[in-house]
Amino acid sequence: MSSTNGKIKIGFYICHCGTNIAGIIDVQKVVDYAATLPNVVVSKHYKYMCSDPGQEMIQKDIKDNELNRVVVAACSPLLHERTFRNATSQAGLNQFYFQMVNTREQNAWVHLDPEASTDKAMDLVRSAVNRVAFHKPLEKKTVPIKPDVLVVGGGIAGIHASLTLANAGKKVYLVERDPTIGGHMAMFDKTFPTLDCAACILTPKMSAVKNHPNITMWTYSEVVSVDGYVGNFQVKVKRKPRYIIDDLCVGCLDCIEACVYKEPRFFDEFNQGLSKRKPVYMPFPQATPQLVVIDPETCIWFKTGKCKQTCVEVCDRKAVDLNQQPTYKEIEVGTIIVATGFQPFDAKKVYYYGYGTYPNVYTALEVERLINASGPTSGEVVMRDGSRPKSIAIVHCVGSRDKNTNLWCSRVCCLYSLKLAHLLKEHTHANIYNFYIDIRTPGKMMDEFYTRISEEGVKFIRGRVADIYPDTNDEEHRRLIVKAEDTLISEIIKVPVDMVVLSTGLVPRDDAQDVRRMLNISCSTEGFFIERHPKLAPVNTFTDGIFLAGCCQGPKDIPDTVAQAGAAAAEALALIDLGYIELEPNTAFIVEEECSGCKSCVPLCPYTAISYDEVKKKASINEALCKGCGTCVASCPSGSIKQNLFEDEEIYSEIDGILNYKMEEALC
Amino acid sequence: MPDKPKLAFYWCASCGGCEESVVDLAEDILFVVDNVDIIFWPVAMDFKKSDVEKYADGEIVASLINGAIRTSEQQEMVQLLRRKSKVVIAHGACAQYGGIPGLANEFQKEEILKWVYEESPSIINEEKVRPQLKYKVNGSEVFLPELWNVVRPLDKVIDVDYYIPGCPPSPKLLKEAVLVLLSGNLPPKGTVLAPDIALCDECPRKDTKPTDLAFTEFLRPNLHIIDPEKCILSQGFVCMGPATRSGCGALCVNGNMPCTGCYGPTSRVKDQGAKILSSIASNVSAKTEKEIDAVLNGIPDPVGTFYRYSLAGSILRKKVNI
Repeated sequence: MSSTNGKIKIGFYICHCGTNIAGIIDVQKVVDYAATLPNVVVSKHYKYMCSDPGQEMIQKDIKDNELNRVVVAACSPLLHERTFRNATSQAGLNQFYFQMVNTREQNAWVHLDPEASTDKAMDLVRSAVNRVAFHKPLEKKTVPIKPDVLVVGGGIAGIHASLTLANAGKKVYLVERDPTIGGHMAMFDKTFPTLDCAACILTPKMSAVKNHPNITMWTYSEVVSVDGYVGNFQVKVKRKPRYIIDDLCVGCLDCIEACVYKEPRFFDEFNQGLSKRKPVYMPFPQATPQLVVIDPETCIWFKTGKCKQTCVEVCDRKAVDLNQQPTYKEIEVGTIIVATGFQPFDAKKVYYYGYGTYPNVYTALEVERLINASGPTSGEVVMRDGSRPKSIAIVHCVGSRDKNTNLWCSRVCCLYSLKLAHLLKEHTHANIYNFYIDIRTPGKMMDEFYTRISEEGVKFIRGRVADIYPDTNDEEHRRLIVKAEDTLISEIIKVPVDMVVLSTGLVPRDDAQDVRRMLNISCSTEGFFIERHPKLAPVNTFTDGIFLAGCCQGPKDIPDTVAQAGAAAAEALALIDLGYIELEPNTAFIVEEECSGCKSCVPLCPYTAISYDEVKKKASINEALCKGCGTCVASCPSGSIKQNLFEDEEIYSEIDGILNYKMEEALC
Repeated sequence: MPDKPKLAFYWCASCGGCEESVVDLAEDILFVVDNVDIIFWPVAMDFKKSDVEKYADGEIVASLINGAIRTSEQQEMVQLLRRKSKVVIAHGACAQYGGIPGLANEFQKEEILKWVYEESPSIINEEKVRPQLKYKVNGSEVFLPELWNVVRPLDKVIDVDYYIPGCPPSPKLLKEAVLVLLSGNLPPKGTVLAPDIALCDECPRKDTKPTDLAFTEFLRPNLHIIDPEKCILSQGFVCMGPATRSGCGALCVNGNMPCTGCYGPTSRVKDQGAKILSSIASNVSAKTEKEIDAVLNGIPDPVGTFYRYSLAGSILRKKVNI
């Protein structure tokens, strides 16, 4: 501003954030201190700086006092940097003359000592006041966003997000690790609280995905690398060999019939091992796509190199290709929706419940298959020993709400336990005992569902099960004793049952950390992907352009999963339809007359933004390609590469401010 | 000619090479002598401290001081010269950054004294006699200067106006500096009187440097033959050229030896060693820790390699108690 005659004039403001900040930091003391710092001409505090009056105060001061720099000490820049930059620019100042100090997340919220927090706030303020004097006016640049979307995971979340986007006219790549889409929902029999059949509502959507012209569905495939940034991600997808040529297979299943294994004898993943499959198999009858797959772990050809290859012979379309190799697809997308789901808690970890030891102890997911009309027993509840149960215990909270396993409530177990109680009663007329800690049935129509099931004669015993062991009085050694304290009558009870169902919780997938690293997103402590803000940005991640849907973010039921998938699709659409993204102007540039042409920077740029001019014998940076990573800046041996927002004097002055003494003096 | 401007030379912790650079002016020294009065130059002329003391404050136009500051005597002398001079020029790498003597900052003062007076293989000193600051002999007391804990560049002790880089500075730079002084058209305070671009700019082998160095090993010039045509850094020898000011005319490279960095960094760099380290480390092709270690084993003395002249002036913490 010309009227300030080149003098730096800084306005400083600290926000109370109600009592969030002012409850521990002495804001008046910080204000008095800031007023003594060089170039500070206005120093104020206010209850809510982000509110309209707060912003207007800054704007009025800019005009009245000819301020040309603004520092606000408030919350995280993630939350309100944009707010204050806008306020600054609306008063006619370049928005990059603003600097934010995080006195909430990195100070008031994490400290208990008011005096030390106040000192820390003053250190941070001094640092920002030092730095902002060196700020330069900059302009944000915009880059176009690629309209295609990658959806990772083909469960109900991925399916719904894909269909929403595809219906809006966007091209979607849906990548699923398993040979079929459908996820866990495809395994369920019925869904609570309406008891409608899972397949009836899911399979039409699976088929819609397969047939949608805007969806490229890659099953039996995995994302192996993700580079780039919002609007411009480069994604590499590995398509694992199915040993079946997709385009030729029509799903006639003749190859399965012809397999040299006359009887199925291998663990059937879809039926949780309750039935067997052959090495060449269709995951389940409604699998999408309708393509068989050959499992090299069990196929005798892959294991021994010797087989008559009857599957190859029988296929008149020549669709079986035992020499198939993995292929890699490279795609460019603007946004990514992560819908990688969950895995059930491993019931063997609660060893005293006897899963894996006593054959008649089942997990809930096994029971889903057992009572499913298209399951291994066609819906007949026949146990592993061939008998039918007359009494069944359903044990809630297995691997949930327990400091020995997982602390969290898996949210869906109470309700699916009620559902299984209903279905088991319907199928077997057995006596059913639910052992619970608390019955948790929030949500629309959920508590009504609980009431309905309790009126059906299912028994409820409030008490965590302590032990499950064989009943020594049972001559056939089948019956199990379920031991628990009934906390409503304060008595230890022992209930003999024929079958036990363990309501296992939902846990993050084993490879969630690998996925997290690949996508550069974060996990919360228990390992579920963390949203950017639980209330304000529940499907966003900390990486722009990457969104979360479904149980990879935390346990939830199908309605919530679908709602979240829709929200993630909407967030992606909002970005795509805007057409461009604004980038921070934190790009690097080379000062031509200072560059010695040593070429040290050229090979280091991850975005190949640096080229060497053979005529001028100097390096130069293509600003459109630069992503502001700073690698070249740090590596330039003669300090001839600078980075906007991170120039040396900005960083050094900030450090000087934090340390409260000049570096030179400290070292002599 | 009483009106000729007065010039002083002084040396502190240095080898005498910078003095030599004055002599290396050869016949140009005549031009200097024609135009200035050299009123103090201990290495060449017999003047005493008391001669300097008699000048009025600021009467000397310029003092060119070489060497780092290690002793109380050096500190006292440069403070005196500062008071008497309009302009003080840090002359050479030791005055500018501490130079080779600055490498002593890797060791405690006591370690140094113990080695020099007790442990060094060439020493016989059974009584472990150490130099004393004061000693009475024949009724009078003699003094020795005190050794400070650390070596410091000149500008950490007194205010310095300009810098002439180099170990030693080239006569060309020195002559240009004197000309600038005589012209009266002085550059901004703090200017280093040399080009502000890295050595690669004037290196005769610049065109042979590949774009991707991708170091797989580092070699030492005493153990391997250096190809006289190709970029020395690209051959795996640490060449400080990319992180060092030009102005010497690539003297070492022309002698088929790598640049060792004596001209110091450009004005844009605070720490020459850190800069070349981050550049070279970024260009190591090895990716695993084990492979990286193997490559780095080729640089047995990183401080002496990357901070050969700049340790005392660098932002590295010293081992000594300051």
